[in-house]
Amino acid sequence: MKKVRLATVWLDGCSGCHMSLLDIDEAILAIAKRVDVVYGPLVDAQEFPKAVDVTLIEGAVSSQDDLEKVHTIRRWSKLVVALGDCAVTGNVPSMRNSHPARKMLECIYVDRVQANRGVPADGVPALLRHAVPVHEVIKVDLHIPGCPPAPASIAWVLGELLDGRMPELASKVKFG
Amino acid sequence: MPENISIRIDGEYVPAQEGQTILEVARAGGKYIPTLCYLAGTSSVGACRLCIVEVSGVGRLLPACTTPVQDGMSVTTNSEKLKQYRKIAVEFLFSERNHVCAVCVSNNHCELQAMAQKLGVTSVRYPYAYPKLGVDVSHPRYVLDHNRCILCTRCVRVCTEVEGAHVWDVSSRGIRSMIICDMNRPWAQASSCTNCGKCVQVCPTGALAEKGFAVDEMVKKDHNMTRLAARRGGHS
Repeated sequence: MKKVRLATVWLDGCSGCHMSLLDIDEAILAIAKRVDVVYGPLVDAQEFPKAVDVTLIEGAVSSQDDLEKVHTIRRWSKLVVALGDCAVTGNVPSMRNSHPARKMLECIYVDRVQANRGVPADGVPALLRHAVPVHEVIKVDLHIPGCPPAPASIAWVLGELLDGRMPELASKVKFG
Repeated sequence: MPENISIRIDGEYVPAQEGQTILEVARAGGKYIPTLCYLAGTSSVGACRLCIVEVSGVGRLLPACTTPVQDGMSVTTNSEKLKQYRKIAVEFLFSERNHVCAVCVSNNHCELQAMAQKLGVTSVRYPYAYPKLGVDVSHPRYVLDHNRCILCTRCVRVCTEVEGAHVWDVSSRGIRSMIICDMNRPWAQASSCTNCGKCVQVCPTGALAEKGFAVDEMVKKDHNMTRLAARRGGHS
């Protein structure tokens, strides 16, 4: 049987959702046999590959880099899954949204530090005005809320997707 | 004596009395209608729009908590249309303020969060407003976080109708509406507040909470309020 090409992406989040993905115990063995992880923090690929079956996105869309990534992801992925509250609601990264990004950066890197004052600009992407959920930028096919989503929910969703069914999460998951 | 009448709820005949609301009759008959702003023992205001029902012959959806029953009325409490509109109502509540469940004192004990789950809301389809809102920490024992407020006005009603202090009110209109304390003063300076904490216990979210609790830890004890209100008589 042809393996399903799976990508995982880590945007503005804490990597807790990836941890939850790795925390699905022995279920990971059955899933690993049926997928090729073609991109993500768990593998070495540097560029998002073409023709991906399922992409799990962790984190909010917060920077210029995130924005470009999600558009690339949508272009090359058959199915995009928002994994966890940051990708689904904006969650903690979005708590900066009530304040201008520039002011926040100055508060952290200038006003409150003694040494090496200055907002970092080299090698870091510019922040967007708001950190937003993924579906405010691209079409998302499935939302798995939770901070992080329960390992059992992730395992069940992956199992269903691998069996060719679209999982109906409804009341099985919650925010927070 | 109020007149006994009969109405139909989801096709079943249910006994009712004139003057009762659709919600009261439905609850007494064991029918579930979701609610958020409703607080047993206090007056109903129809703020949250979750208890909307279909009444045959009426072109629009009506809130069950404020609509009085009429003889021969036929009510639908659950349909695809109602499910959709209830989801929308919850999504609007989430999008209007900065509800971040993961870092909220009321996480896992929150009526808004539980309602979203119950209705199967897995994402909010509307853009979030990200309003810049304050947190009043002036009171020695309690906190008011406007970011988590859904303007259900349970605090306003329990303070006025059960405690009799009327500390809370709603200022402004529409999206600018805010819960305020004693003509918009910091809570600690509200001379009418008796520090009873009823508002905190009936608040469905983490908007009103006791100090000293971290994420997940604020469990509300609102059943006491319902009992108090029942002893006072008045509204059922």
